[in-house]
Amino acid sequence: MPLIQIHDLTRRYVMGTETVHALRGVTLTIERGEYIAIMGPSGSGKSTLMNLLGCLDSPTSGYYELNGVNVAHMDDNDLAEVRNREIGFVFQSFNLLARSDSLHNVELPLIYAGLPSAERREQAVRALTNVGLGDRMHHKPNELSGGQRQRVAVARALVNDPSIVLADEPTGNLDSRTGEEILGLFEALSRKGNTIIVVTHEEEVAQHARRIIRIRDGLIAADEVNPNPRAAMKFAAGGTSMVAA
Amino acid sequence: MTLFSECKESAFIAWTALRANKLRAGLTTLGIVIGIVSVTLMGTAITGLNDAFRKSVGNIGADTLFIQRFSWMTSETDWRLSRNRKELTLQNVRDLDRLVTLCSAVSVDSGGNGTVSFGRRQARGVYVAGNDENSLTVRGLSLSQGRWLTAGDVQSGRPVCVLGSYLADRFFPGREAIGGKVKLNDMRLEVVGVLEKQGSAFGNDLDNQIVIPITRFSQDFSRWPDLTITAKVRDLSQVDDAREELRGIMRKLRRVPPDFPDDFAINSQEAIVTFFNAVGGTIAAVGLFISGLSLFVGGIGIMNIMFVSVAERTKEIGIRKAIGAKRRTILVQFLVEAATITLGAGILGILVAWPLTLVVDKFLAASMPWWLVAVALLVSVLTGVVSGFLPAWRAARMDPVDALRAD
Repeated sequence: MPLIQIHDLTRRYVMGTETVHALRGVTLTIERGEYIAIMGPSGSGKSTLMNLLGCLDSPTSGYYELNGVNVAHMDDNDLAEVRNREIGFVFQSFNLLARSDSLHNVELPLIYAGLPSAERREQAVRALTNVGLGDRMHHKPNELSGGQRQRVAVARALVNDPSIVLADEPTGNLDSRTGEEILGLFEALSRKGNTIIVVTHEEEVAQHARRIIRIRDGLIAADEVNPNPRAAMKFAAGGTSMVAA
Repeated sequence: MTLFSECKESAFIAWTALRANKLRAGLTTLGIVIGIVSVTLMGTAITGLNDAFRKSVGNIGADTLFIQRFSWMTSETDWRLSRNRKELTLQNVRDLDRLVTLCSAVSVDSGGNGTVSFGRRQARGVYVAGNDENSLTVRGLSLSQGRWLTAGDVQSGRPVCVLGSYLADRFFPGREAIGGKVKLNDMRLEVVGVLEKQGSAFGNDLDNQIVIPITRFSQDFSRWPDLTITAKVRDLSQVDDAREELRGIMRKLRRVPPDFPDDFAINSQEAIVTFFNAVGGTIAAVGLFISGLSLFVGGIGIMNIMFVSVAERTKEIGIRKAIGAKRRTILVQFLVEAATITLGAGILGILVAWPLTLVVDKFLAASMPWWLVAVALLVSVLTGVVSGFLPAWRAARMDPVDALRAD
């Protein structure tokens, strides 16, 4: 059974008197363990697709089955539960809670999952250690570098052991070196069997993925296998060594 | 996610959010503080008033009945019907005392104001009581020196008197009052007893009084005195029976024909209490309503600031929702935040109101019982929840995509 099955998914927005067709009918199947890049210029509908894939938004019409469950017409609260269980988000602007330290940020999904505090602390510590931030647990986001912040976000995305890691321009706010670090992290996760979807408009970033889906005008323009994915450059502190377990 | 861990997490969020905006939270709090202070003080004054009233009424005693020409609770129309009633007479008192079975004692009471002097010292506006030998027990008084009026004093109208403690201290400081000769208006009287210190009831200073035999009172002080016959009921459970007995005897003594209404009234503490409860209830309701208005204004302030807080933290709400927070979780988070502000304000309000209560207590009996503190805290939390609801609801219903897009 595929992890994601999408059939003829559309999304329309009504803006005043105008109707915007952001997605005009997308059909897509994603298997477990894939590393996918979704590419497209701004306004192509890739963000809309990401929002739908991430269960942040509901489609106007069409069918979306995630992990065997039809989520196309779920209500707000059920979608929140699906997001909590199935999806780990990594955003361009990190989206960490500014007033909470790394540990609490990583713990958050587990709090919403209803885990007892001892257990969630243990898991959060492990997730932070896995991304090489075991010594930054009580730092607040403004005390961390951009790359470290994004690694906290990755730890938060992974702590619930979700089906998909959904990254939206994960390197957009990072310099190329730290960007490579994060991409190296994704590679290691992918090798471990995690399903990763990266939404980006940078060809270079997309080339790391093993499958590239190109969106244009709300439709899939191309869906091809990347014959030789680029490996992330190895750095002393970055790369695979950070994903130990 | 359980509601408890939700509240715990929310309390933590509220705490960090409030710490991040100390000045703003403080200013917002001010409105609620003022509201809680005014409500608490109003409650304090009302309970104080109630206590003072109960104490005054307690002096009368539930077992005392007053037979008088008029009811204490007369309306305008009643008054027109009853103003031609015959006065009560001393003979009524004597007959009643002889016939009644359910009362331990019956006494007579009449009062007025006069000037008492001793040598060159003078006291104006002294309460002059015309009493008989039973009045000491019936009125619940006690003596510190000397004796009370005797039956002989009353029958023959001897020129003797009993002084209140204030008068005794004033006229005979450090000297023996018994045997002293004082003047009431132009009447020369010999002091035979001094009352113990009483305090005051219903605004009357009970220590500033002089008691003389009722016979002398009606002879030399007041020609047609308005008499009150005071009866002490033997058994508190038989107050109603005693009232009926007194009524029957009085009707017979005053020859009221069977179909006619009473031409006298039997008053009791109960009537005042009923009256006070009605009036006091209204005063309390109006007072609490008016002071509640300031709390309401404070609540609007909270609502306002919570709307600002929600708008400012749209992004945070988006993040939380993306990560799996449900509507209820977000709702609880902001409700707890609002309730935390108002609870803090409530505590502060009580800390301000407490010393104020002590100040008020100097002029008017006031007290802050524990239940009032509990109610004030409850009200402040409730204010937070009520005024935080709309902003919290707006936050809970936010669309995660839109919220994440905010900066």
